Amino acid sequence: MAVGSGLEAAEFDLAVTPLRDLNAALHGIEKDLASAHGLAAGVPRHWRVLNPRGAHALAVGIDAPIEVEIEGHAGYYCAGMNKEATVRVHGNVGVGCAENIMSGKVIVDGNASQSAGATGRGGLLVIRGSASARCGISMKGVDIVVQGSVGHMSGFLAQKGTLAICGDAGEALGDSIYEAHVYVRGKVADLGADCIEKELRDEHVQELSALLERAEVDAAVEDFRRYGSARKLYNFDVDNAGAY
Amino acid sequence: MCGIAGLFSKSLDVSEGLGSHLGDMLLQLSDRGPDSAGVAVYRDPAPSGSSKLSLFSSDPGQDWDAVRSALDDAFGAGEPEPRGSHAVIVVETECADAQAWLHERYPELRVMSAGQAIEIFKEAGPPQEFIESFGLADMSGSHALGHTRMATESRVTTEHSHPFSTGLDLCLVHNGSLSNHNRLRRRLRDEGIEFQTDNDSEVAAGYLTWRLREGASLEQALEGCLEDLDGFYTFAVGTIDGFAVLRDPIACKPAVMAETDDWVAMASEYRAIAALPGAEGARTWEPEPGRVYSWERAAV
Repeated sequence: MAVGSGLEAAEFDLAVTPLRDLNAALHGIEKDLASAHGLAAGVPRHWRVLNPRGAHALAVGIDAPIEVEIEGHAGYYCAGMNKEATVRVHGNVGVGCAENIMSGKVIVDGNASQSAGATGRGGLLVIRGSASARCGISMKGVDIVVQGSVGHMSGFLAQKGTLAICGDAGEALGDSIYEAHVYVRGKVADLGADCIEKELRDEHVQELSALLERAEVDAAVEDFRRYGSARKLYNFDVDNAGAY
Repeated sequence: MCGIAGLFSKSLDVSEGLGSHLGDMLLQLSDRGPDSAGVAVYRDPAPSGSSKLSLFSSDPGQDWDAVRSALDDAFGAGEPEPRGSHAVIVVETECADAQAWLHERYPELRVMSAGQAIEIFKEAGPPQEFIESFGLADMSGSHALGHTRMATESRVTTEHSHPFSTGLDLCLVHNGSLSNHNRLRRRLRDEGIEFQTDNDSEVAAGYLTWRLREGASLEQALEGCLEDLDGFYTFAVGTIDGFAVLRDPIACKPAVMAETDDWVAMASEYRAIAALPGAEGARTWEPEPGRVYSWERAAV
């Protein structure tokens, strides 16, 4: 049950309200494409979640243009499958934050655990702190900006989208990468199979600079290096025919 | 999947409520391990020259006073402190003598831990039942480890539950699974290490026992795991002075750590740490893969 619910704001205190009530309320939001905010009359645009205390599956599966603020640390899969909503976490997040995000924005003030933005298909994930292993694993179109560093195997099998890392990257960056674009400002421990450094051309400067602006990150684009696929691994190469 | 938790007290308040705090953490980890639960609590060190034993009996009517009386005749022994299916007895001799004597006279009893300060309690069944039937809330102490088990590779029994003793005042809890444990168990048996079960985590405990016996420091023994153990693991190891944490280099199994002025904690998930007083303001971080983290009480 929403506490203090009104036209403009809803507040859920998870110390007293079950998590399922929050997610059910979020899933029950009615949209009205004709209205100014795209929401049916009476649906609050701002939602606040208090005392998350590391709960899993917080604010997952939202499909509405609302803003959700989570006041504390979240557990696994926070804001997974997000569509249209902006979810801000004023704390850290556990494994699989914004996994399979479709659109909208997820902003984490603290650090993220493993597999942040995994398989994301669209939208934007911003992590103000650092992310641990496998950030952006199998990303399919999401844009991810990490202001800190990322752990090992980040961008593993990344197919589409952009991963910008303002700090350092751990071992095996971009292993078996497809067509995602990876930018790193700091040091890269080492590159994974079929991932190579590539020239930072004008189009990439523009892409990265627009992304950093969307993420409200102040960093000089020329300090970044670009990494991507050598395209030796996922295309059939006739010279390797004997190996099959 | 399993849940592990460690809590190291830096204040009197946390020490006094240590068991209660650890119980709160384990409750949050019940979903990760509904099959069994266990704890190692470091408290009330036995006097020098004496040793403290945690004994388990599968007989609910076990006469602990009779065991104590026989131990008293042989060596001198304090009053038994029964908890659930276990009892803690302080014996006025070295651990090895007391263990050998028990093995001979009471082969049906299992020594779950031995040392100066360690007490291990573990039991099959849901964590909440364990917390209540072992009176965890009454226990004070300097530091403690806990485990909730979801069995993946061997049976659900008290003996298969964690923590596993790895030597005097040492124990191990494990989240993960090891794939080379059968071969390693054979190798360690050749070195004279004894195993009570076919459990993979007990092999990791046996490995640490062996390395420590051969003169390695705890840090060296843990670093040896990175070479010699194949599989997934987050380990927490309890010592008389503190505890250590290690994750395998691939880091499939989660871990989070946090520290305040009053405590240091590690857990499989943050929600277990959120159960501690002052968690909101704690410095919180994820331990890096393949790196040993350890806390020790400063030597006085």
